Amino acid sequence: MDDTELLREFAVESQEHLADIENQLLTIESQGDAMDVSLVNTVFRAIHSIKGAAGFMGLDTLGGLAHRAEEVLGRLRSHELRPTSVVINTLLRATDRLKELIDEVECSNGQDVSKHIVDLEKILAGELDAEESGSPIIVGGHEIAGNPTTPPNASAKADSSINDILQLCFDCLEQIEHDLSVLDRNSDDRNAVENAFGKLQELNAVADDLGFSQISKIACAGGKLLAGIHTGTFPMDPQISESLGGAIKVLKKTFQAIQADGTEGDEDHQFTVDFLEAVLSVKVPRNSTSPSTTSDKSPPPVKSLAASPAETKRAERSVSVETAPTDQAGSATKEAKTELAKSPSHDSGADTTIRVDVALLDKLMTRVGELVLARNQILQFQSKIEEPGLQKAIQRLNQITSELQEGVMKTRMQPIGNVWTKFPRLVRDLASMCEKQVRIEMEGKETELDKTIIEAIKDPLTHLVRNTVDHGIEKPEVRRKAGKPVEGCLTLRAFHEGGEVNIEIVDDGGGLNFERIKAKALEKGLISSEEAASMPEREIGNLIFLPGFSTAEKVSSVSGRGVGMDVVRTNIEKIGGSVDLQSRTGLGTTIKIKIPLTLAIVPALVVAASGDRYAIPQVNLLELVRLENQIAKPSIEWIQGSPVYRLRGRLLPIVSLRTQLGECSIEEIRRSNSLNIVVLKAEDRQLGLIVDRILDSEEIVVKPLGKHLKNIPLYSGTTIMGDGRVALILDVVGLAHAAKILTKNKDRGATDSATSSELRRANERSLLVFAVGEHGRAALPLDQVTRLEKLSRHLVEQSHHREVIQYRGEIMPLLRLSGHLGQPDGANWSELMDVVVYTHQNRSVGVVVDQILDIAACRFEANTDGNIGSLGSSTPPSIVIDGHVTDVLDLPTLVASALA
Amino acid sequence: MIDNMQLCTFRLGDQHFGVDALKVQELIRNQPMTRVPLAPASVRGLINLRGQIVTAIDLRSRFGLPKLESELEPMNIVIRSDEECVSLLVDQIGDVLSLEPENFEAPPETLDEAMRPFINGAFKLEDRLLLLLNWANVV
Repeated sequence: MDDTELLREFAVESQEHLADIENQLLTIESQGDAMDVSLVNTVFRAIHSIKGAAGFMGLDTLGGLAHRAEEVLGRLRSHELRPTSVVINTLLRATDRLKELIDEVECSNGQDVSKHIVDLEKILAGELDAEESGSPIIVGGHEIAGNPTTPPNASAKADSSINDILQLCFDCLEQIEHDLSVLDRNSDDRNAVENAFGKLQELNAVADDLGFSQISKIACAGGKLLAGIHTGTFPMDPQISESLGGAIKVLKKTFQAIQADGTEGDEDHQFTVDFLEAVLSVKVPRNSTSPSTTSDKSPPPVKSLAASPAETKRAERSVSVETAPTDQAGSATKEAKTELAKSPSHDSGADTTIRVDVALLDKLMTRVGELVLARNQILQFQSKIEEPGLQKAIQRLNQITSELQEGVMKTRMQPIGNVWTKFPRLVRDLASMCEKQVRIEMEGKETELDKTIIEAIKDPLTHLVRNTVDHGIEKPEVRRKAGKPVEGCLTLRAFHEGGEVNIEIVDDGGGLNFERIKAKALEKGLISSEEAASMPEREIGNLIFLPGFSTAEKVSSVSGRGVGMDVVRTNIEKIGGSVDLQSRTGLGTTIKIKIPLTLAIVPALVVAASGDRYAIPQVNLLELVRLENQIAKPSIEWIQGSPVYRLRGRLLPIVSLRTQLGECSIEEIRRSNSLNIVVLKAEDRQLGLIVDRILDSEEIVVKPLGKHLKNIPLYSGTTIMGDGRVALILDVVGLAHAAKILTKNKDRGATDSATSSELRRANERSLLVFAVGEHGRAALPLDQVTRLEKLSRHLVEQSHHREVIQYRGEIMPLLRLSGHLGQPDGANWSELMDVVVYTHQNRSVGVVVDQILDIAACRFEANTDGNIGSLGSSTPPSIVIDGHVTDVLDLPTLVASALA
Repeated sequence: MIDNMQLCTFRLGDQHFGVDALKVQELIRNQPMTRVPLAPASVRGLINLRGQIVTAIDLRSRFGLPKLESELEPMNIVIRSDEECVSLLVDQIGDVLSLEPENFEAPPETLDEAMRPFINGAFKLEDRLLLLLNWANVV
C-alpha cells in the first residue's frame, strides 16, 4: 500500500467517522445539561481517531484542528463545559472544516484553520461560553467513578498524553491479534509467539503504571499461556488461541472504556483471568517437562469464579480430570462470547461489512447482465434437446442466474437515511436563521434505493426541506397564536409501495395560501381568471411547481428566487418520478414524491424503424394508436406541411422516427397504408411518433452513450437486447426538441395553459361528447371508453336479430345509441361510423354514435350528486358543456340494459 | 522515449500503422454492429463486447480513405480510453513489434494536413515506414 492509497483510505475512514458527528452534536445540544455522556464519548472517539491517524500521516493542520476539537469535547465530557449552542456551533464549524480538509487531504497541510482554532481555544479559555451563559459551570474535583488510581483532576494536557499512551496500547493489541492469527495458521511460528508475548508484557507494564489492575491481571494471565508455548511446555492449539483471542477483545474493550471515561468500566473481568488460568492449568500438567517455570509464576489464588470456584481449583491440581475443566472452559468461552455480543463494540460491524469500489460493482453488474443474456440463449435450446440431465442443469443455471442478478442489484442499494443524515443540521441552521423552532422526524430511514437514484434525489430533497423550513413552518409567535405547539415539526417519511419508493415531506406549518398563489399565478399570466375561479385547491397547490413561480414576499438567502420548485419537479421527473403536493391552510403541507427503485433497469417499449430497434422508456409513453388500411391516409391531416392527427378531438403533432433519424422525408407517411403511432409525453407536450413496427415491451438495462454519441439529442443511452445486439434508447425530450415540438424559449402562455389544463384534467372527469339524433347531445365518461373506432357500415352483419360486426377477431355486438335513446338515427349515412368500444370482462360492445364532437373536462360535483355510477339510461342527468345541454350517460348501465 | 515501445501494428490500405500496445485491450474479428443514425460518419456502429458497449470507428473514414472493398471484413482493435472502450476498424492486424526510439522520426512536412493530428511520427523499419498512431486524437 503506497502513500496515496493510505491517504485515500484515511480520507474515507475519517469521512465515515465525521458522518454521524453532526447529528450526535445536535443531540447533545438538545439534551443540554442532561446530555448523554456516552454520546459525547462517541464523538470524542471519532475525533480522536482522526487526530491519531492524521498525526501518523503527518497531516499536522488536520491533526491540530482535531486536537483542539477533542479538547473541547473532553471538557464537555467531564462536565467542565456546557453544551451551549455557541459551543456546539463552534464544534460543528470545526467538523465542517475537518471535512473540507479531508476532502482535499493531499493539500490539507498549510491550509488556514486559525479561525477555528482560535474559536475553540476561546471556548477552552472560557471566553466564548461566558458570552452566552455567564460563567461556565466547572465541575471541579469531579470524581471519576470506580478508579481511585486515575489522577482525579486530570487536565486536558494530561488527558491527551494518556490518549497517546492508549493509542500505543491499541497498537499493541492490534499487533497481538495479528500474531495470534499467524499462529492459527502456523502454530510453530516462534517469532509470532515471541512478539505477542513481548507486546503483552508491554501492555502489562503500561497498565501497571497507570494503575489499571484489571488489564494487568488479564495481560499477566495471557502472558503465562504464551510463555508456556514459547518454552515449548505445550503447543499452540485452537483452545488456547480462542481463549487468548477472547482476552484480547476484552482488553480492547477495557481500553476503549478507559479512553472514553478514564475508568476500566464497571465490569469485572475476573472470569477472563480465571478462564485463562483454567486453560493454562489444563495444559501445563500434560507434557510438563519443566513445570517449575510456570508454577513459580503461578497465578494468584482464584478469588471467585462465576460457575464454580471449587472445580477450577480442582482442575488446577488434578492431572487426570481433563474433561471437566475443558467443559468448564467451554462454558466460560460461551460466557465470554455472550459478553462480547452484548457489548456495543463496533468490531462486530467492521467484521460484517467491507468497502467496495462502486466501479467494481458496476462491472459485476455488467457481467451478470451478460450472464443473463447467455442464459437466455441457452434457454432457447432447452426445447430442442431432449436430455433430462441437461434440462435439470439448465433449470439450475436459470435459477442461480436470477438469484445472482438479484443479489448484485442489491449491492447497489443504499438506505435513504444516507441522504437524510445531513438534514437535521440543515434544519437546525435554517431554523435559527429564520428564527423558528423546528423539529425533524424521520421514518423509514432504512428504505433502500439504487445508488444513482440516491444521488439524483439529494438536491431536490434538500430544496424541499429548505423550502419547508423557510416557508412552510411559521414563526413561534404565529404558531402560538394559532394554538399550535411553538416548535414546528417536519417529518420525512420513506416507504416502498407498488415497486416504487414513496418519500413524503410533511410539515405542520401554515399550509399554502391558496389565494396568494392564485393571485400570483394570475399576475404572472400562468393561468387565466376563469381557470383561477374554478380551480380546486389541490391544483392551485401544484401551481407552485410551474417554472418562474415564487410567492415569497421577500427573497431570502434560503429560498424564494423563483427557480426552485420547477427544478425540483424536473429533476424528479428526469428519473421517472413524480411529485404531488397537498396542503390545508393552517394545518400544513405534504409533498409526496414517487420514484422508481432503480434507474439501471427501466421498462421500455421496443420499436423498429428502418430495420433497427429503438427502446422508448415507458415513462414517456401514453398510448399506442394503429391506423389501418384506408383509414390511415385521411386520418393524418396536414398543416403547412406538418402532419397532425386528431386524437380524441385534440390535435396531436405527428413526428416520423425515420424522418428524425434522417432516413426519409416526412412526406413519406402520405404514402403509407397503415401507421403505428406511439403517443409520447415530452415535458408538458404530447407528440405522436410514427414507427415502422411496435415490437415488444421489456425491461432494459440502461448503459451510457459513448462520448462520440453524447451530443446527439435523440438518444439517451444504449441497451443490449435479448439476442445480444445493441439498441439505442430514444430521448423523448430530445426528440421533441429536434422535431421543434419543444423549443428552448418556450411560449410560456401556451405551455402553461396546457399544463394547467392537464392539471385540471387530473382532478376532473373527461367526457366524450357526441351528437344524438338531429339536435341532441350526449356524453360518456372517457375513462369508461376502451377505444374509439371508425368502422365501415358495410361490415355490419346480423346475428340473432342483432347487429354485430367482426372486430379484432371477435364478434362484437353493436348498440345504436340514438335508437336506444328513442331518437331518430342521425341520418349520417357516410361510409364510416363512429363506434365507441366498451370492453367488459373481455367482451367488447360497440356503441354506435352519430358523430363524435369533442372531449370536455367537467366536474360533476357542480351539477349532479357526483355519482355517475347511478346514472341510468332512462333519466340521464344533464350538464352544460360549451353552452349546450348534454346528457351524461353511464356506459356500463347503458350496455347492461341494452343487452339484457 | 527511452525504453523500447511495444506497438500493435495494423494495415490500412497500403500504409502500416502502429498503436501503443499498452492501450490495446483486445483484437477481435468483425462483429455484428448496430448502426447509429445521425452519428458522425466515422462511427460505424455499436458493438456488444461481453456486455460492454463499444463504439466502432472506421479508421478509413476517419482518415478520408475510400471504403474497404465490400467482400473484405475489417478487424477490430479495441482501445481502452478513459472510462470507455472504442474499437478501431482496420484492414488487417499485424504483429506486435518492439521498436527502438532511435528509429523514430517526427512526421514529414509533406504529410497531409488532414492526417497530421492522427500521426505522432514514423518508425523507420527496414522494409517500410510504420506510422505511430496518435490514438488520443483518433478516438
